[in-house]
Amino acid sequence: MLDRRSVLLLLPLILAGCAGWQSVLDPEGPRADLLANLFWVFTAIVAAVWLMTMAVLVLALLRRRAARADPLVLEPEAERSMARAVGAAAALTAAIVVALTLVSYGAQRALFDSHEAELTLLVKGHQWWWEVTYEDAQPSRSFTTANEIHVPVGEPVLLKLRSSDVIHSFWVPSLAGKMDLIPGRENLLIIEATREGVYRGQCAEFCGWQHAHMAMTVVAHSAEDFERWRESQISAAKPPDNPVRKRGMEIFLTRPCVMCHQIRGTPAAGRVAPDLTHFGSRLHLAAGTLANNRGNLAAWIIDPQGIKPGAHMPLVKLGAEEIEPLVSYLEGLR
Amino acid sequence: MSETVLRSPSKEALDTDVKDGELPARLAATWGTAAGLIGALSTVDHKIIGRRYIITGFFFLFLGGLAAVAIRLQLARPDNTLIGPDLYDQIFTMHGTTMMFLFGVPIGEAMAVYLVPLMVGTRNIAFPRLNAFSYYVYLFGGLMIWIAFALNIGPDNGWFSYVPLAGPEFSPGKRADFWAQMVTFTEVSALAVAVEIIITVLKLRAPGMTLDRIPLFVWAMFVNAFLIIFAMPAVMLGSTMLILDRLLDTHFFNQAEGGDPLLWQHLFWFFGHPEVYIIFLPGTAFVSAIVATFARRPVFGYSAVVLSLIATGFLSFGLWVHHMFTTGLPQLGATFFTASSMMIAIPSGIQIFCWIATLWDGKPVYRTPLLFVLGFFFIFVAGGLSGIMLASVPIDTQVHDTYFVVAHFHYVLIGGAVFPLIGAIYYWFPKFTGRMLREGLGRWHFWLALIGFNIAFFPMHISGLRGMPRRVYTYPAEMGWDALNLVSTLGATLFVASFLVFLYNVVVSSRGGEIAGDNPWDASTLEWATTSPPPPHNFDHVPFVTSRELLWAERQTLPVVAGLAVDKREVLVTTTTQALPDLKESSPDPTIWPLISAIVVTAIFIGSIFTPWAVAWGAPVASFVIIAWFWPKSTEENV
Repeated sequence: MLDRRSVLLLLPLILAGCAGWQSVLDPEGPRADLLANLFWVFTAIVAAVWLMTMAVLVLALLRRRAARADPLVLEPEAERSMARAVGAAAALTAAIVVALTLVSYGAQRALFDSHEAELTLLVKGHQWWWEVTYEDAQPSRSFTTANEIHVPVGEPVLLKLRSSDVIHSFWVPSLAGKMDLIPGRENLLIIEATREGVYRGQCAEFCGWQHAHMAMTVVAHSAEDFERWRESQISAAKPPDNPVRKRGMEIFLTRPCVMCHQIRGTPAAGRVAPDLTHFGSRLHLAAGTLANNRGNLAAWIIDPQGIKPGAHMPLVKLGAEEIEPLVSYLEGLR
Repeated sequence: MSETVLRSPSKEALDTDVKDGELPARLAATWGTAAGLIGALSTVDHKIIGRRYIITGFFFLFLGGLAAVAIRLQLARPDNTLIGPDLYDQIFTMHGTTMMFLFGVPIGEAMAVYLVPLMVGTRNIAFPRLNAFSYYVYLFGGLMIWIAFALNIGPDNGWFSYVPLAGPEFSPGKRADFWAQMVTFTEVSALAVAVEIIITVLKLRAPGMTLDRIPLFVWAMFVNAFLIIFAMPAVMLGSTMLILDRLLDTHFFNQAEGGDPLLWQHLFWFFGHPEVYIIFLPGTAFVSAIVATFARRPVFGYSAVVLSLIATGFLSFGLWVHHMFTTGLPQLGATFFTASSMMIAIPSGIQIFCWIATLWDGKPVYRTPLLFVLGFFFIFVAGGLSGIMLASVPIDTQVHDTYFVVAHFHYVLIGGAVFPLIGAIYYWFPKFTGRMLREGLGRWHFWLALIGFNIAFFPMHISGLRGMPRRVYTYPAEMGWDALNLVSTLGATLFVASFLVFLYNVVVSSRGGEIAGDNPWDASTLEWATTSPPPPHNFDHVPFVTSRELLWAERQTLPVVAGLAVDKREVLVTTTTQALPDLKESSPDPTIWPLISAIVVTAIFIGSIFTPWAVAWGAPVASFVIIAWFWPKSTEENV
């Protein structure tokens, strides 16, 4: 009974070690709840089937009986009763399969019934980061950010999933199941959080070298906090407020950085890399690879390839005295 | 001895004309393999080729296993820098590719190549030269991909090679081309063997082996061959379109030019799901054979098992979309595939129930082959049941492409195919070599494998549920996956150790093992009716089959058929359903041309990776060697 034992051994790990911010078993939204419940229903039934099968097998092995003198001499009565038993087991299997199919179908309808939501986001997968556009009927209120999605609590949010290069898959297990981002197509997914909090997700379809470092965070706020956040994101970047940061901005604008990144309110208008307009307000950098702090940011700028080999951010040669102002500038983009 | 003599108008020496004492030597001289290197390379003996196939399959298992060890070492710790993303992607691609294409499919066919002709009571496989050719193509294809890997140009897009990642834009260089061509190599070889198995079963069965006397082992291999014939062309189309996209800019999969990346997934999984059953059905073949012998009675529910095999074969073609539940397909369509994926549990269940009933009514003899079959029940049933969970669209959207799936299919494939296969090696090793494997070492092997396997793979269910995606080369410490991964790595170490015990057992037993004799397990099928190892001609006289469990039914003397030629290779062709003697047909002699053809084909396949002209220049050469291969030898045969 090794399976049972290993469950018992591992149970404390599941319960104690659980950070819970990227786990199917810690649902924090109605859809994830439904999925977790469905998962446990299936688990209970298949575990029962496994135990029953193993019990019958063990009984079959332990049963006392005399050795056959001739393997071909079979008792017709025993054959008939075994035929009945096998028939019954097959019928039971069929019944379970039908029942589970129906249960699954019911859950599926509940999950995918509607794709209507107040808030619509366009999520575009890139090797190896996420571009997030908050759409709005008024174009001036539409804005783009990266790798971090803010949502209001208790409200379904519709994600329109697209890809700019290869196939990716959007997956924040605590909020919803995954959905692929396929070039040339648009898939829809609804996420919804019931509690305020930070939920991690990551790309679930192999997409090349840095598939492992293509994470994103979903931050769920109260409605008021969300509105406040949205207003701040709609605005352009504030001009630097001290000489060091001013120097940093100059460096940013005169180096290859501008070729790829956008900072609204400045001439930097590149669209192939993450929008950095409010970079300083984000929790992580490099698509969830590092916590967003001065040290990590400096390390990332100095050697992106050392941290995320193969990433499309090239090594930009900067003088030692240029790092500090650049980091200060980016950090100030709140 | 009851004897049916087949009269022949020709004047050749027949086995009826030869004294019984002389017959084995004369037949062995006719059917034997010439000495020396050329002789060895020219052989068309299904047992010699089957043995090479099996050893090569295990060699690739060993290489694929080494790749798995590297994966487990890298994932043992969070933020590990042992292996970088470039090498890691190559390694997991080589692991999957090797296990599926170079071990999983070929090893089942390899066992069939060795055993099916013996079990149906004939002297060689149908199309023996094609058999030699298919082995060489398989060997060369496998070597090519591993040599590419050794030169750091191994494929790195996963064993599924999804486009556009594997397309020309995102995978420049030759890596994906090697992968696509490796698939072509294995297709050619697998399709050829499938045809040989089907014809051997349909036309070369010993007289009296009517459809309902065919051993379950042979039925499973027969159904499996049909699966290969219907599944492989889909991936053949796919891999050819991929390499054309890459080499000739055909844009089959390029959405910017009107192609469709999902087309690749449909083609790949239309093959890829039956592939799982192509790997599993040989497992059922081994289980049926071993259960009957060690439960000491025929398998209960013969017709039910045969019908389940056929049903599994059909259903396996209706499930491929469950690999694509997260691609945004219409929901109603997806539901159809939920239903069909779950439905396949019914025929699989019926087979399991029949085997358990057999053990229930029999008196089990606990030797190593049976232990591995019991391990199969323990593991495979768990894997099958987690498969039921994956068939549900909603659940799949959570666990798809996570370690939960990794756990699931290792339970299914190692439980359903590798455990029965190892049982089968313990079971047939005496037939292959004439010597027994050591029972004590076998028990060590079994317990280490069972415990190691479960410690390695059970925790993956949990790491997957806790959010760990597949194919990541590392993960941050804060994710809380480190303990689970360390446990998996330790379990994998035990699992690997069990195979070292096996290797040691094979090495020492093949020289110093106990002498087996013809039928050490007192089994009932025909391969045990001849010596261990069998002579080149398999049987001195072709057996006459009077019962499904022939060796249990005819314990005194085996009825035989006489009247086949002695000094030339001749096999008896029988009718398809009743197995009535129909024709005496000559069986091809050894020749070097299959090897030369395989070399030419290999040169074309590899050359085409670098230039399309390889096909243009290679085709005439290939035609030439094939003409040489089929050059008529004598006119007498055609009268």
